[in-house]
Amino acid sequence: MAFGPFLLLATLEGLLQAAVLTLTALGLSLVFGVMRVVNVAHGEFFMLGAVIAWWVTSMLGLPPALGFVAALLISPLAVGAIAYAGERLVLRRLSYNPEATIVATIGMLYIIQQTVLLTYGPDARPVTAPFYYRLQLPWFGYSAYNLFVIAAAIIVLAITWFVLTKTKIGLIMRAAQFDSETAQAFGIPIGKVYGLVFAAGAMLAAIAAVLIVPIRQAHYLMGLDPLLLSFIVVIIGGLGSIRGTVVAALVIGLSDGIISMFFSPTLAKMLSTLLVALVLVFKPEGLFGAKTR
Amino acid sequence: MNTAPSLKVLLLHIAVIAIFFGLQFVLPEYHHLAMTRVMVLAIFAMGYNLLFGYTGLLSLGHALFFASGLYGAGLAAYHLEWSVPAAFLCGILAGFVMSLFIGLISLRTTGVAFMIVTMMFAQVAYLASLYFSQWTRGEEGLVLPQSARSFDLAGVTFDLTDAATRYNLAFVLMTVALLICFIIVRSPLGRAMIAVRENEPRTLMLGYDTFRLKLVALIVSGSLSAMAGATYALLFAYIGSSFASIQYSIEALLFTLLGGAGTVLGPLLGTVSMFYMIDIASNYTPAYMLVTGIMLVFLILFFPRGILGSIRERWLKWLP
Repeated sequence: MAFGPFLLLATLEGLLQAAVLTLTALGLSLVFGVMRVVNVAHGEFFMLGAVIAWWVTSMLGLPPALGFVAALLISPLAVGAIAYAGERLVLRRLSYNPEATIVATIGMLYIIQQTVLLTYGPDARPVTAPFYYRLQLPWFGYSAYNLFVIAAAIIVLAITWFVLTKTKIGLIMRAAQFDSETAQAFGIPIGKVYGLVFAAGAMLAAIAAVLIVPIRQAHYLMGLDPLLLSFIVVIIGGLGSIRGTVVAALVIGLSDGIISMFFSPTLAKMLSTLLVALVLVFKPEGLFGAKTR
Repeated sequence: MNTAPSLKVLLLHIAVIAIFFGLQFVLPEYHHLAMTRVMVLAIFAMGYNLLFGYTGLLSLGHALFFASGLYGAGLAAYHLEWSVPAAFLCGILAGFVMSLFIGLISLRTTGVAFMIVTMMFAQVAYLASLYFSQWTRGEEGLVLPQSARSFDLAGVTFDLTDAATRYNLAFVLMTVALLICFIIVRSPLGRAMIAVRENEPRTLMLGYDTFRLKLVALIVSGSLSAMAGATYALLFAYIGSSFASIQYSIEALLFTLLGGAGTVLGPLLGTVSMFYMIDIASNYTPAYMLVTGIMLVFLILFFPRGILGSIRERWLKWLP
């Protein structure tokens, strides 16, 4: 393949990666922004979303398109419920102490991952795509489903942005983020808000996973990569800044997709991780983010 | 400040050391080997404890230092065919240099940022061990050659394929590590480290250079972890990428939390208990890491001081 088409293919792969990464990282960013909790179990919510999507599509026995829609509804709700329970049972009891919550979410990571290993098993399993259509470009064929994932991610992103900035729910969340004590004094049930925000963050990861699972298979160890990439995105974009997160996810997703096609993926990950560690040390407010409080 | 340790403190530590020496004569073969591993991993946990338990810095990347020692010693023995003592020193040196370098960068951050930065650096090292597979053979790892399985020191030949030799070497090194921790914790340096943990701004105000204190703590902690890694590589003749993975960083944290962070004997007790808990669980299920997860959540929720920390709080106030 010539260089031009190859670059186009790499860019499409990069966009796909960026779309999924934006949703996942947005969940992490939302939880950190409002609750100041670094959720190390975030990648496991992603994995859980994919595994539940497999259960739904294979157990219900619906045609692929209907099964996929069912998975897109059931999986995020189930993951959200699990996350809500985890928040109520564990994080709230630690009064959101940053260091204790990290240790606790590491524990949650292992509990979720190993429970899936016990019930779902060690195999990687595919989920059938809701539709199959091959776009025939002059140089290569490209699955239209990949483009659908990108479009769907943009829609979810737009909805999230709308909820956060234009609705009362968003106002309450921003109030909780800005000054939780004053918000409480104005009658906002902070505990409930925290629980719902934690669940919403997990649900964003689950939606991203359901979208990507027809392309990548569901496996109990699939949570680690999205977790590390989301960390990278959230740190580069500025902790807790949503606009920064979106910009950073685009940059990281695209560059990761493109670099991985031309060079070794391991090298790409190594360099981006190193870059991020240095950003966190020398420029903790992030490269693109608005200045956070 | 009392400088001379009281008699019961000394007796307790001597008794613990004596028990570990005596165990080799009564343990069956399987547990003999398991205890050798436990003692090496306990050195790792003791190193971790100096930083987390006494200085209050929670690192999520200590596998980096363990792996520095492991690869520093293992690669020198494999590619350069260095003798075992030289490779061992090379491993510790690698850990020393690495912790100095990482410390100078990562200690500019505090709290959550420090945890994430250390985790990221460790992840870079893990990926590097995969990327340079030409030398490390990545996940598959390297088995050290016959030439690195025995050495002469002071006219005595040590055969590392012999189980008793391995046990006693691990025992001696563990005792040395325990002594180092014991001495540091009771020294003015150790007191200043605790002051940093309890209230860093006040310690700074009292005229201590807290950055230097934290750096020293990280270097001692990293070098001890590297010593554990070098010992592990040379005793068991295998090095591989999995030792650099996040899981090893978490294990050091878990061993320390369970035994009691900020107690001298806690990491040892935590390592023995956790090692056997995982060992027993792995007989029943492939998902034995579930135990790790449940213990982490349980400890942080209900038992944040660990076994020895709780005992010290309730009954034995004199426990170091």
